[in-house]
Amino acid sequence: MYFLKRLAFLAPLLLVISFLAFVLVRIAPGGPFDRERAPASPEIERHLKTKYHLDEPLLKQYARYLGGLLRGDFGPSLKYRDHTVNNIIAQGLPVSLTLGMLAFGFAMGVGLPLGFITAARRGRWPDYAGSLVAVLAVCIPGFVVAPLLVMLFSVKWRLLPVALWESPWHAILPTVALGLFFSGKIARLMREGMLNTMQLEFITTARAKGLSETAVLLRHAVRLAILPVVSYSGPLLADLLTGSFVIENIFQLPGIGVFLVNGSMNRDYPMVVGLAILYAALLVVLNLAVDLAYVLLDPRVKYE
Amino acid sequence: MNRATPARGKTPRAAFSFWLLLLAGFCLLPASCARREPPANITIINGAEPESLDPAIITGQADSRVVQGLFAGLMRLDPRTARPVPDLAERWEVSPDGLIYTFHLRPNLLWSTGEPIRADDLVYSWIRVLNPLTACDYAGQLFYLKNGEAFNAGKIKDPALVGVHALDPLTVLVELEHPAAFFPDLCAFPTLTVVPRRTIEEYGDLWLMARPLPSSGPFELAAWRLNDKIRLKKNPRYWDAANTQSEIIDFLPIGSANAALNLYTHGQADIVWDKELVPTELLDALLRRPDFHRFNYLGTYFIRFNVTKKPFNDPRVRQALALAVDRGRLVQKITRAGELPATHLVPEGTANYTAPAGLGHDPERARQLLTAAGYPGGRGFPRFEYMFNAAAGGSSKIHENIAIELQQMWRDELGLQMDLRQLEWKVYLSAQSHLDYELSRSSWIGDYNDAQTFLGMFTSNDGNNRTGWKNPRYDALLQRANYEPDLKKRAQIFQQAEALLVGDEAPIVPLFFYVGLNYFDTNKIQGIYQNILDQHPLNAIRKISNR
Repeated sequence: MYFLKRLAFLAPLLLVISFLAFVLVRIAPGGPFDRERAPASPEIERHLKTKYHLDEPLLKQYARYLGGLLRGDFGPSLKYRDHTVNNIIAQGLPVSLTLGMLAFGFAMGVGLPLGFITAARRGRWPDYAGSLVAVLAVCIPGFVVAPLLVMLFSVKWRLLPVALWESPWHAILPTVALGLFFSGKIARLMREGMLNTMQLEFITTARAKGLSETAVLLRHAVRLAILPVVSYSGPLLADLLTGSFVIENIFQLPGIGVFLVNGSMNRDYPMVVGLAILYAALLVVLNLAVDLAYVLLDPRVKYE
Repeated sequence: MNRATPARGKTPRAAFSFWLLLLAGFCLLPASCARREPPANITIINGAEPESLDPAIITGQADSRVVQGLFAGLMRLDPRTARPVPDLAERWEVSPDGLIYTFHLRPNLLWSTGEPIRADDLVYSWIRVLNPLTACDYAGQLFYLKNGEAFNAGKIKDPALVGVHALDPLTVLVELEHPAAFFPDLCAFPTLTVVPRRTIEEYGDLWLMARPLPSSGPFELAAWRLNDKIRLKKNPRYWDAANTQSEIIDFLPIGSANAALNLYTHGQADIVWDKELVPTELLDALLRRPDFHRFNYLGTYFIRFNVTKKPFNDPRVRQALALAVDRGRLVQKITRAGELPATHLVPEGTANYTAPAGLGHDPERARQLLTAAGYPGGRGFPRFEYMFNAAAGGSSKIHENIAIELQQMWRDELGLQMDLRQLEWKVYLSAQSHLDYELSRSSWIGDYNDAQTFLGMFTSNDGNNRTGWKNPRYDALLQRANYEPDLKKRAQIFQQAEALLVGDEAPIVPLFFYVGLNYFDTNKIQGIYQNILDQHPLNAIRKISNR
C-alpha cells in the first residue's frame, strides 16, 4: 500500500514539473523561430507565433498544453514541424531504452563480479588489479573511451562498425562505452558493501556453522552487500535509459538524448517539456522499483 | 534462529535478474534495429536532420536537397551549370516589359500516385506559400508576384488578386510587381515547387506522414526515420524518369564531423556534402586527397557594426577598423581552406555582376581616419565587444579564433581594446536582431545566383539588415536596380550601391568568401559538378558499379 501511495504522488509531481519546465524554457531569450535569415516580413513571424499560440498569455498556453497532455498528446515539435513529440519519442525511445538496458546489464555484469572478487581477495593481487581497473573506468570519461574504442576496434582492427544502429554488432561499442564508467562505480560500491557485510555477525555464524567460504560469500553476504548498488541503480537506470547524449552523438545513434539537448538549444518548447516529464516519470518509477528490490533483498526492511 | 533462513536462490536470483536484463536488452535489439532493407545505390551524408520536408517551411540547405528530390517546380537546375532549365514547364514566354511570364506545362504530368499534375496545382502551391496561415519563412521569394506581399500581410484576402493564374490545365500566367531577371532561377527554388493539394487538405500539418506521399519530383519518399535515415526511391511517373540515374538514395543525418569521416572511409557513405562535416583539425591533410573537393561558394563571412551605438555611428571609425584587418592572415592562418579574402559583399563569380573593390588592408590610412574621428592612437576609444555564437556540439571554434585574430589586429594597428562576447546561438540571434551588440560576427549565403540576394539585405527596412544602418540613397539605388530590365545597367547601379555599402559607409566589414567542401570518389560517383550554389540535382547522380 506504501507503494500505491508513492505512485499516487506521481501525478501531482509530474504536474509541477511540467509547469516548471514550461515556464523555464520560455524564459530563455530567443524563440523557436529565430533564424539567421529573418523572414521577409514581420507578418510572417507574427503568423508563426499565432499558429503555435506563442502570442497568448503564459497561463493560457499552459492550460492548452495541459489539455493536450491529459489526452496523451505532447504537442507538435516546433523544430521538426512534420512530427509530433509523441512520434519523435516513439521513434527514439526504444533505441535509447535498448542501449540503456544493455549498458546497465554490462555495468552490472562487469561491476558486480569485479567488486565481489576484489572484496573476497582483499589485500592480494586480484584486489589491486581489480581496483585499478575500476578506478580507471571511473576516471576516464565516456567521450574519451568511445573514440578510443572506435579507433581500436573499428578503424584499426575493423572488427566492429564505426557508427549507426543497424545490427546487434553496432550495439557493442556504444554499450561498452556507456557502461564502462558505471561498471567501475558499481565495482567500488560492491566492494564496499561486501567488506562491510563481511564484518557482520551472521557471517561469522555462517562460517561457524561450517559452510564453505564460497557459500558464505555468495549465498549470504552478497544479498546485503548488494544493497548500496541497488540504491545507486535507480537513478543510474533512469539516466541510462533516457539516452546518453554524448555516446549517441559519437556513434550517431537515433535515440532521444539528442532531442533533449538540441531541444533546449532550438527552443523547441513542447519537446523540452515532454522529455522533462518523461525523465521525471521514469525516475520516479525506477526509484520505486529500487525500493521494491530493497524489500525483496533485505528481510530487515519493511514499509508501512 | 529467530529469523527464517533466507530462502535459497534469492541471492543468485537478484544477481541473475541483471543478466536477464541484459538478455531482455538483446531481445529488444532486433525490434529497435533497422529492418532488413535492400541496400541503397547511393548513401549520402547530408548534414543535420531536416527540420521538415514541406517545401513551404524549409529554410536550410540540407532540407532543400531532399525536398528537391521529392517535389518539382516549373524549373530545375542544370547539374553542370546550376542554371535554370525547364522542369514541369516545357517552355515559357516573357512579355517585353519583363512583367508577364506565361509558362506552358508539359502534357501528361503525373503525381507518383497517378493523379495528373495541372496548372491549378502550381497556383495552389504558390498561394499556399503566400498564405499567412502557412507561416512560410521564405514567402519573400514570391513577393515578386503582383500583390504577393500584400496577400501575405493580410491586406488582400482574395488569392485571385495575386499575380499567378491557371489559364487552362496546362498554362500558368505570372504577373510580377517589377521585372526580375532572376525569376527563372527563383522558379527552381524549392519553395516554389508543386505540392499535393488533396493530401494537404486531408492531413493538415502532418501531411508528410501520409503514405504513400504523392511526389512531383524524380523520387518518392520510401522511408523517413528521424535522426536515422531518409530513403528516396525512383519515381517512375516523373516526366523525366528515364534520366533518373539511381533507384534508391539514402540520406544519413549525421551531426558529427568525425562520425561522417569514419563512415565515409569505411565505405558506409558514398558522398559527404556538408562543409561542417569536415574535421577542421584534419583539413590540411584532407585537402590533399583526390576525393576531397573544394569550390567557391556563394556565401560571405563579414562583421556587422551596430551603427546606432557610439563610436560606431561615425563612418570614419568603421572604415578605420575595416582598413586595419589583414584578411590574408585570417584565411591563411585560421580558416585554411583556401577562402578568397573579401573586400566587398557580393561573392566573386556571382552571375551578371562584377563587384567594386572595397576597403583593403591599409593600416596607415586606418590610423589617419581614427585620428580624424577624434581618437589618435586609439586614445579615448572605449572598450568594445565583438559578439559571436558559441561552437555547439563539437563544431570548430572558428568564430572564436577569428575573433581573437581581429582582437590582436585592432590592438596592434590601432591601439584599441576589444573584448570577446560568446553567446549561445539563439541568444546571439536575438541580440543581433534587437541591436543589442557593438560588433557582431555575421555571414550570409545567397539564395540564388544574383547580387540582389546580398545587397537587398541592407536596405533600411529589411529584416536582415540588423545594423541600424538606414541610407535613403542606398534604398533608392536598389529600388532603381529592381526596375531596370537591362542587365548591364542593373549591374552598374548595383556597383554604385555596393561601393556605398562597403566603401563610403561601411556598416559591414566583409572578411572572406566561403569555400564549400564535399568529399566523394570521382571514380565511383558521377553526376556531381561543383558550382557556386553547391546545388547537385539528385536525379543526375549515379554510382558506377564496383569492378
